Amino acid sequence: MDYSQFLYMKEELSLIAVILIIFVVDLFLKPGKRQEAGQARFAIVLPIFLMTIHTLINIIPGTGNVQAFGGMYQYAPMQTIVKAVLNIGTIIVLLMSSQWLKRKDVSINRGEYSVLLLSTLLGMYFMISAGHFLMFFIGLETASIPMAALAAFDKYRYESAEAGAKYILTAMFSSALLLFGLSLIYGTCGTLYFDDLSHHINGSMLQIAAFVLFFAGMGFKLSLVPFHLWTADVYEGSPTPVTGYLSVVSKGSAAFVLMTILIKVFVPLIADWQEVLFWIIIVSITLANIFAVRQKNIKRLMAFSSISQAGYIMLAVITGSAIGMTSLVFYILVYTVANLAIFAIITVIEQNSGKVSINDYAGLYKTNPKLSFIMTLALFSLGGIPPFAGFFSKFFIFMAAFKAGFELLVFIAVVNTIISLYYYLLIVKAMYITPSDEPIPTFKSDCSTRVGLTICLVGIIGLGIASIVYQTIYQYGFGL
Amino acid sequence: MEITIFIILLPLLSFVFLGLAGKWLSHRAAGLFGTAVLGVVTILSYYTAYTYFTAPRLADGTFATLVPYNFQWLPLFLGAMKFNLGVLLDPISVMMLIVISTVSLMVHIYSFGYMHGERGFQRYYAFLSLFTMSMLGLVVATNIFQMYLFWELVGVSSYLLIGFYFTKAPAVAASKKAFIVTRFADLGFLIGILIYGFYVGTFDFVGPNTSAAVGGAKMIPLALGLMFIGGAGKSAMFPLHIWLPDAMEGPTPVSALIHAATMVVAGVYLVARMFPLFIAFAPNVLHIVAYVAAFTAFYAAAVAIAQTDIKRVLAFSTISQIGFMLVALGVCTSVEPEAGGLGYMAAMFHLFTHAMFKACLFLCAGCIIEQVHSNEMEMMGGMRKYMPITHIAFLFSCLAISGIPPFSGFFSKDEILSACFAFNPIMGWIMTAIAAMTAFYMFRLYYGIFWGKENIEHHTAHKPHEAPATMTIPLIILSVITFFFGWTVSFGHFISPNGKSFDSHLETSVAITSVVIAVLSILIARTMYRNEKQVLADSLQKRFKGLWTAAHHRFYIDEVYQFVTHRIIFGCVSRPIAWFDRHVVDGFFNFLAWSTNALSYQIRGFQSGEIQQYTYVFLIGTLLLILLLIL
Repeated sequence: MDYSQFLYMKEELSLIAVILIIFVVDLFLKPGKRQEAGQARFAIVLPIFLMTIHTLINIIPGTGNVQAFGGMYQYAPMQTIVKAVLNIGTIIVLLMSSQWLKRKDVSINRGEYSVLLLSTLLGMYFMISAGHFLMFFIGLETASIPMAALAAFDKYRYESAEAGAKYILTAMFSSALLLFGLSLIYGTCGTLYFDDLSHHINGSMLQIAAFVLFFAGMGFKLSLVPFHLWTADVYEGSPTPVTGYLSVVSKGSAAFVLMTILIKVFVPLIADWQEVLFWIIIVSITLANIFAVRQKNIKRLMAFSSISQAGYIMLAVITGSAIGMTSLVFYILVYTVANLAIFAIITVIEQNSGKVSINDYAGLYKTNPKLSFIMTLALFSLGGIPPFAGFFSKFFIFMAAFKAGFELLVFIAVVNTIISLYYYLLIVKAMYITPSDEPIPTFKSDCSTRVGLTICLVGIIGLGIASIVYQTIYQYGFGL
Repeated sequence: MEITIFIILLPLLSFVFLGLAGKWLSHRAAGLFGTAVLGVVTILSYYTAYTYFTAPRLADGTFATLVPYNFQWLPLFLGAMKFNLGVLLDPISVMMLIVISTVSLMVHIYSFGYMHGERGFQRYYAFLSLFTMSMLGLVVATNIFQMYLFWELVGVSSYLLIGFYFTKAPAVAASKKAFIVTRFADLGFLIGILIYGFYVGTFDFVGPNTSAAVGGAKMIPLALGLMFIGGAGKSAMFPLHIWLPDAMEGPTPVSALIHAATMVVAGVYLVARMFPLFIAFAPNVLHIVAYVAAFTAFYAAAVAIAQTDIKRVLAFSTISQIGFMLVALGVCTSVEPEAGGLGYMAAMFHLFTHAMFKACLFLCAGCIIEQVHSNEMEMMGGMRKYMPITHIAFLFSCLAISGIPPFSGFFSKDEILSACFAFNPIMGWIMTAIAAMTAFYMFRLYYGIFWGKENIEHHTAHKPHEAPATMTIPLIILSVITFFFGWTVSFGHFISPNGKSFDSHLETSVAITSVVIAVLSILIARTMYRNEKQVLADSLQKRFKGLWTAAHHRFYIDEVYQFVTHRIIFGCVSRPIAWFDRHVVDGFFNFLAWSTNALSYQIRGFQSGEIQQYTYVFLIGTLLLILLLIL
């Protein structure tokens, strides 16, 4: 065997190194009485620092497509960009979890948290670069099992435990369906290599069933309707940084993988999957919006918002084109900064006052003007109001879908943006207009949260205007 | 030439810095910072111009068109269409760099004295920087879309600066009027750009022989015509001129910079920029431009004769002079300067000289207004005794605008008149007559301010004195330019319609007629307004009372607008639309909200919290999808 092939996996290898370092350092950082403050800071900063280095050394895309290990591992330059986007998301999540990690009951498991979080990221890496369905499945499971542990991380809180249980049960169920689908594919084609499969898939009834089962498994990760019912409960129960991670990083990677597999493997079934996606998009966007309108808890509201956002992302997938791919990655990036900004603010408010209901946000503008301001911009970006980045990302997605001939779908999506604006603006209204007798008291968020929010703010304002980002993604959009 | 990017970035930086950090700076620091940045920009512009014009010409005798930067800002996925932002250097854009940076620097220095102690001094300088950045970005635009982008930015900064004294109701009304009127005109510009982009297939400025231009040949006249509507709005052509006189509510240096020298000539620049296409595909549209402009020039000159507010006289004079420039462009029939293309060079020449002397006139007016605390001529008179420097500068500029040699205005106006005579003698005589009116109203203004009947009572109460050095130095510089520029610089060597060097020479007959007529007009103005008692003027005013009142009220154009907008548009068009909006459109959205809410209430049971039910739905959904595909 040629061991130099491992060099193609440098992104995965460096992430494994990061995980190992954190793991080992954590062994020697058992909380003693004396240096607790300094150690705490070190334990929080170390993963962020290592992840930053990891991101920076892996940010330049390779020059061409590469295969390693007999096609089990496939590399394309676009993957580097997607992984970088996921890295940025993870770094922001790490930044915003710091305050939560300082809490007594959680602080003892700090190292565990980072290791689990980065393990799911590693799973996503493998999922993205897989060239074989088994490899893909291992990645998928690596990404979802630690996630259940993360969801249940606040183990003394009843809701968190519930979230963990619900997540793992639904994940098992969907994995079972997905595996069943894979076995059908293997049964009809005799191979699970992506490159070979596209020649063997001919649209027989079993293969269609296999495709739908596979799609259902991915639909679970993306929380598309009707595979979405777990979302609200899990989002509400999990620790807020984990919710942010679930809604952005996990979802982003799944969307990218779904699109690549649809294009690479299921290309002979294009008419079928476009039809499936067509209905799924309509149902996801609309139903999620309708549910979101009535939510009182901001985390549940964001859960439904993320379902409808997933529907918008699918709008890029349905095109099956290079422009669709570019807009998908750009959308994920923009969605990452905006959504994580909101979750970071929810986290600090929850940590400082324990409040998560929208009504509690009344009068936030008076007491915490900066947070309200960033929250407003992030919500505007999610709602797609120009000139924020969200407008451009939606614009590109709509344009891609429009060019691919899905005019009706674009129209429905545009009508739905109006509905989504309604519930986003409910939060803004609560913060700025609704008077409150006892608003959330003024507090100072900690340093790393502020860094995270600054990154998000720069992204929200800058990504739409700095066309270079989109250009760079565009360059690699055809490389699949 | 990579350095040119800083010409745009530095004022932007200054705007951001002064805008964000301004309130922590002292007035002095903010003003010095803004002025220093602009000084650097001016030096860079001069350097650019020097290297550009001293570089060897191309083989066919033209200056190279340089594009040091051209970033793709927004891809459109429609063929070759994209929105770019960049820097384009060719003779006219380089010339505009000089005009804008020079006048802007003068205004920056002058404002130091004029705005001394005003509230919002830092904000004022921030806006000036924003304006300068936008205007520079406009002239170096590499494509029509970038031009539009900065065009609107210029409009915004103009709006902000006209409304600078936002506690004064007239200033607020004027700023709104300016913005709405120009925005309305820009609608035409935008539609023109879209038509141009759609049929030509690019937003770039293309030459008449490129395949892109030929492909869209039949729609180009329409596109250019619509673009000119935008240009007419910014350049205050009749009937879109109504905003400019009101814009005088802004601080006087702003009037000098924006509403005399730079922004209002954007329309002229636009026509000049599209000139090759005008000549090749739409000569008739170009001639329409000339007729509109000639009428505007006449109308504005007639109104200027009957105004008593000195800034309004200057405003109407600006409208009239811009009319001259557009007439010069409009009478062109080819790109050969010797055969019908002279007007292009004349228009650019006049743009340059007019920017200098009109800025000087406005700055002088600012000095005077600051001393007598009024815009009305009756509060002045006899000011020559108190303000000698201002007096001389004003006189120089008046002589220039009247076309008296050797001042710069004589040379540029002479070229315009020659171009008009070459096009059509009738046009030539009309423009000569308007030039005579120009000389008359300018000297009416001059004698009214500096000679004539002195308002002794007012002047003893507040004794006027000469303005401080920060204000007089710009006047002196601009007067010197006005005095020397015409006969020391051979303009045709740098700018000509086909790009080749060309020797412009005075046409003796035209020159002599225009000078004689101008001198006669000045003499008439002298006899009417120089003395204490203005018998002749008063009796004429009595005899033609109706005409005078009409002219004084600008021939009631504003009232016509008022009638059209309020009665016709608001009453007959807006009301029904508003009804439709309130009942049908809002109804649709209320229905959407109501049905969303109702549905949301009905289906809330789905989200029961029971995991068994979740998987059940999951499975049913999967099976349904399989059925959907198989059946």
